[in-house]
Amino acid sequence: MTDQSNPPGGTPRTTPVKSATFDDYTLSEIRRAAATGIYDIRGGGAKRPLPHLDDLLFLGASMSRYPLEGYREKCETEVVIGARHAAKPIVLKTPITIAGMSFGSLSAQAKEALGRGANAAGTSTTTGDGGMTPEEREHSNKLVYQLLPSRYGMNPDDLRKADAIEVVVGQGAKPGGGGMLLGQKINERVAAMRTLPQGIDQRSACRHPDWTGPDDLEIKIAELREITGWQVPIYIKVGASRPYYDVALAVKAGADAVVLDGMQGGTAATQNVFIEHVGIPTLAAIRPAVQALKDLGMHRTVQLIVSGGIRNGADVAKALALGADAVSIGTAALVALGDNDPKWEDDYRAMGTTAGAYDDWHEGNDPAGITTQNPALASRLDPVAAGRRLANYLGVMTLELQTIARACGKSHVLNLEPEDLVALTVESAAMAGVPLAGTSWIPGQS
Amino acid sequence: MTMTLTNTGLIDLSDTTVREANATLQAATEGAFTLANPGGKHALACGLQHPVSVTIKGHTGYYAGGMNKLAEITIEGNAGTGLAENIMSGVVRVTGDASQSAGATGHGGLVVIEGNASARCGISMKGVDIVVGGNVGHMSAFMAQAGNLVVLGDAGPDLGDSIYEAQIFVRGSVDRLGTDCIEKEMRPEHIALVAQLMDRAGLYADPAEFRRYGSARQLYHFKIDNAGAY
Repeated sequence: MTDQSNPPGGTPRTTPVKSATFDDYTLSEIRRAAATGIYDIRGGGAKRPLPHLDDLLFLGASMSRYPLEGYREKCETEVVIGARHAAKPIVLKTPITIAGMSFGSLSAQAKEALGRGANAAGTSTTTGDGGMTPEEREHSNKLVYQLLPSRYGMNPDDLRKADAIEVVVGQGAKPGGGGMLLGQKINERVAAMRTLPQGIDQRSACRHPDWTGPDDLEIKIAELREITGWQVPIYIKVGASRPYYDVALAVKAGADAVVLDGMQGGTAATQNVFIEHVGIPTLAAIRPAVQALKDLGMHRTVQLIVSGGIRNGADVAKALALGADAVSIGTAALVALGDNDPKWEDDYRAMGTTAGAYDDWHEGNDPAGITTQNPALASRLDPVAAGRRLANYLGVMTLELQTIARACGKSHVLNLEPEDLVALTVESAAMAGVPLAGTSWIPGQS
Repeated sequence: MTMTLTNTGLIDLSDTTVREANATLQAATEGAFTLANPGGKHALACGLQHPVSVTIKGHTGYYAGGMNKLAEITIEGNAGTGLAENIMSGVVRVTGDASQSAGATGHGGLVVIEGNASARCGISMKGVDIVVGGNVGHMSAFMAQAGNLVVLGDAGPDLGDSIYEAQIFVRGSVDRLGTDCIEKEMRPEHIALVAQLMDRAGLYADPAEFRRYGSARQLYHFKIDNAGAY
């Protein structure tokens, strides 16, 4: 092949070099911002490369550890959430729950499919900003009802129907941020549930309207318990930013469980700059959170549910080994339903994107019928078939989790521990508090 | 089928827990109750769901009458933060003053504050009617979606900031209107509405003296040229 930068007989030329700082994406974003005058809004979580659970490995059993026989010896997966104060804690057959996603951001078919899949796997689903629909209550045997700053659709009847209540302080995609549901998705039903005019851009507040800080939240939680007769668990969800202090304060405020959402956790819609530049990765958040629970003597008494970029049984196993009691999935569950499926590639191309990259969930044009309120698009999703796919996926994740746990000699997945792990990079070793592989070195500790 | 539980009695909070008191009130389907010695306790008479009458003899802490449905609750004293938060129906009345976020996110019913209300009165209200005999503090009716806030006194700064379709009526002065909140014409139907709300609240003034405020609806769709307004 001819070297075009050095034509025969000509003056040698330097190969054109594109800036690593001003790369193609950055240039396109500058041009887009200049042309439109609006920041980039999208769904999903952080897309940038981040230290992740992939940077950890399990050591497995050998001479000094005793493995369990695959398929023969039991490896339990049942987890109980919320026994600290609630008369009726939630019992999960698998420690993989479905994260909060609203009707409004998701179609009714998608919500039904999530419920069906979760039921088959014996786990819970969660409402979102916009309240509880009768359909999702009907299709979810274990339903966690979110109390959000907006209080859209909040009412005491639904509160009493819930199997648990999740006070949302923040989420990983946007710690410190509120929500935005653009007018395209505010159809008549969504508008009525949120007491807003149809078709307007709907803003959700970033702070709760009737409490400020953990001292107030303690009183708020007491009120919620009074209204629900101290029957159901109350979770507090925080976006991962200062996990040690946030978890400690959540415990102080009376939480039965803490949901900790890393920056890979998805959102229905927010500014790209928020998603990519605020908060910390899931990997970095778990150990400080667990340390807070241990320092307070509350590890395994107040459950820690970790979310943000959980994709397979290995991720689940690593989160549990670092001290979590369960995980929660959102984006991965949507993919299992059919989100970003290549079979809709023509539709994605027509919108200027491609399968795997589609994240304009807020625009309501999802060809897979999941993040839309368009009846024609939503009807593309068969909730029974999609629910089956989710159930399959949850089953596979659980089997993968058990495979790893057995290999580490654990008869219950909660027996996984940091000593089962090593790290591939200095950064992940420091964040996870486990040794760099092949060494006994834990950066910052030894 | 709900069993009708009728009771009329005194619950003395000096020797009864909040849990016991609330359980009694929540179970009752009719009747009149008096709560003595509230001592500023939190979450009193919250989550009631039947047309019972409750009189609280003294000051309450946070979230008194929270998420009320159908009950008529009177607090003979002052109320702490979040009075009648997320009220669905019924009436919650305070004879004294209310702390911040009174009537927050209320979906229906009536909240009456005979004295003054602190900051964020009616924040994110979603259909509740709130009548305040005195003044309201800053950021009242912030992001208010539906319902009516009637203030017989004055309003603090940033009234009705980012308001949606709720209506605000103020008889006295307004320190400063919030973003996207404007004064609107006070037409005869509004005068009649204020008169009717005051009548329900048992508070009286000349309804013609009120001025009406609501949304300019300029921020309903995000535009970069409005960025300075946020």
